Amino acid sequence: MSRKGFLPLGDRMTEGQMPMHLPATALLRWLQRLAYRLGIRGRGLVIAVPYLWLLLFFLVPFAIVLKISLSEALIARPPYSPLFEWVEGMYLEIRVNFGNYLFLLDDSLYAVAYLNSLKIALISTLLCLLIGYPMAYAIATADPAWRSSLLMLIILPFWTSFLIRVYAWIGILKQNGLLNNLLINLGLIEEPLAILYSDLAVYIGITYSYLPFMILPLYATLERLDRSLLEAAADLGCRPFKAFLTITLPLSLPGILAGSLLVFIPAVGEFVIPELLGGPDTLMIGKVLWNEFFTNRDWPVASAVAIALLLFLVIPIMAFQYLQGRQQEARR
Amino acid sequence: MRRSGFLFTALAFGYAFLYVPILLLIIYSFNESRLVTVWSGWSTRWYGELLQNDQMLSAAGLSLRIAAVTATFAVALGTIAGLTLARFGRFRGRTLFSGMITAPLVMPEVITGLSLLLLFVSMEQLIGWPGGRGATTITIAHITFATAYVAVIVQSRLVGLDESVEEAALDLGAKPAKVFFVITLPIISPALIAGWLLAFTLSLDDLVIASFVSGPGSSTLPMVIFSSVRLGVTPEVNALATVIIVIVTTGILTAGVIMSRHERRRQRDRQLAEGGADGEPARAT
Repeated sequence: MSRKGFLPLGDRMTEGQMPMHLPATALLRWLQRLAYRLGIRGRGLVIAVPYLWLLLFFLVPFAIVLKISLSEALIARPPYSPLFEWVEGMYLEIRVNFGNYLFLLDDSLYAVAYLNSLKIALISTLLCLLIGYPMAYAIATADPAWRSSLLMLIILPFWTSFLIRVYAWIGILKQNGLLNNLLINLGLIEEPLAILYSDLAVYIGITYSYLPFMILPLYATLERLDRSLLEAAADLGCRPFKAFLTITLPLSLPGILAGSLLVFIPAVGEFVIPELLGGPDTLMIGKVLWNEFFTNRDWPVASAVAIALLLFLVIPIMAFQYLQGRQQEARR
Repeated sequence: MRRSGFLFTALAFGYAFLYVPILLLIIYSFNESRLVTVWSGWSTRWYGELLQNDQMLSAAGLSLRIAAVTATFAVALGTIAGLTLARFGRFRGRTLFSGMITAPLVMPEVITGLSLLLLFVSMEQLIGWPGGRGATTITIAHITFATAYVAVIVQSRLVGLDESVEEAALDLGAKPAKVFFVITLPIISPALIAGWLLAFTLSLDDLVIASFVSGPGSSTLPMVIFSSVRLGVTPEVNALATVIIVIVTTGILTAGVIMSRHERRRQRDRQLAEGGADGEPARAT
């Protein structure tokens, strides 16, 4: 490697960094001194900050949800009974109450809501896959000059407000909304279709909102696909469709899985979409949890609902983490 | 040829599906009539009414402040987290750490919201902080999930990156911190910009978590929009939506253009570094 070639790179970096370089090193030196006094080496200190933050604000809360799901509802502030109590300052009394979980098993509403959430999330994920796969494939095989613009157009709606995009569908699907007006004017239907406030509207809403999450991982795997395999198959007389089924589809499986999990897991607990687009009989567990908390003000039952939902999702979440880890390894 | 026809149709249908609702929303924000779905002529009346709506304006102000603080903290924490995952190899507790980074990406919002609220309530009982709930608790909640997104962006940027420049600097005696600030940080700066913007919009957009952890008197913009949407479709919300869409789109497109220009320059520099002398004209800019 020639020295001359390296120079411009080095030049640009030092010149660009000068202004922020000085205060940054001063701060760093101070932090270093502090760390030495505390006996932590530099690396450990660096990791500690985000680690502790996530422990405190992501992991510990789940333990508290579990704790409160085992307590009893009280009309007090906070509205639940303590789990541990010091009796006469000597014994630690632990009062565990499984009543909330028994209540979930007892009332069929909860079981129906869980199953319905799984069903709606599953169907929406399939719809996302059906619409997303051809799109991701088309973008991945498009002219490279166009690819980043096409991709940008996929990402752009994801940046604009989720709530507003769901809201947009209300005006379209309403009884006297744009879709019904259009269909009646075209003479295709006589009576307006009751799409809003039904399961169908929820499918449309979830598919619409989560489609970018499906397309992006699919695109990432399809783009990396080795095209020479397809050429080899074609040379050996394989028809394009068969080549797709036997080569492209199996090789894009990690992307299909990652995209599906990215849609499925949050969709199971979705609240906004069933609340705004679904009907009164569109039972979804996110809505049940919300009502349990905000309307009934029963924090222990809401916590039990959350823990039960988490149990449903543990396996998909772990699968997603496994895939995510493997993908990072593959890029190395 | 038939195959590419199918792909073209799929693409056209997909983009129409993504964009027609947004376009209709924008068009109908200029509708004169109060009935959102009946067209009765162009008007900017609803934008005027929007400016009079103090509740929405103050909620928008609160949301913007929370989003700016969230994005800044999330970029700081997320950069460290992403760096840790991409460069520090194995350390004790790495699996747990990477789990805490990826889980928030898919965790249903109702669970995150409820768990954070219960944490804040318990903390208040134990140590008296945070006193009540409001902008502070919303910001902490937003930083937590936005950090995960930033970490993933930074990590994937670093993983795809050649480590040899950093190693060379270390070999030549630079301290790790200096290497980070002088070499790594400039290279990942596009990821930091993208991460900041993403954290900002995620925070600006969040309804569910904010509803759980907010207190009386601190309603964010999505909370105000949600309560007015629950009452029905109003042209004012259409106008507000249009304003948000226009601002976000301009911001993202500008950032995208700047970042792709930066990326091109970097690629050119690398070609120069690798290829040698014949890249003369490229330095002209």
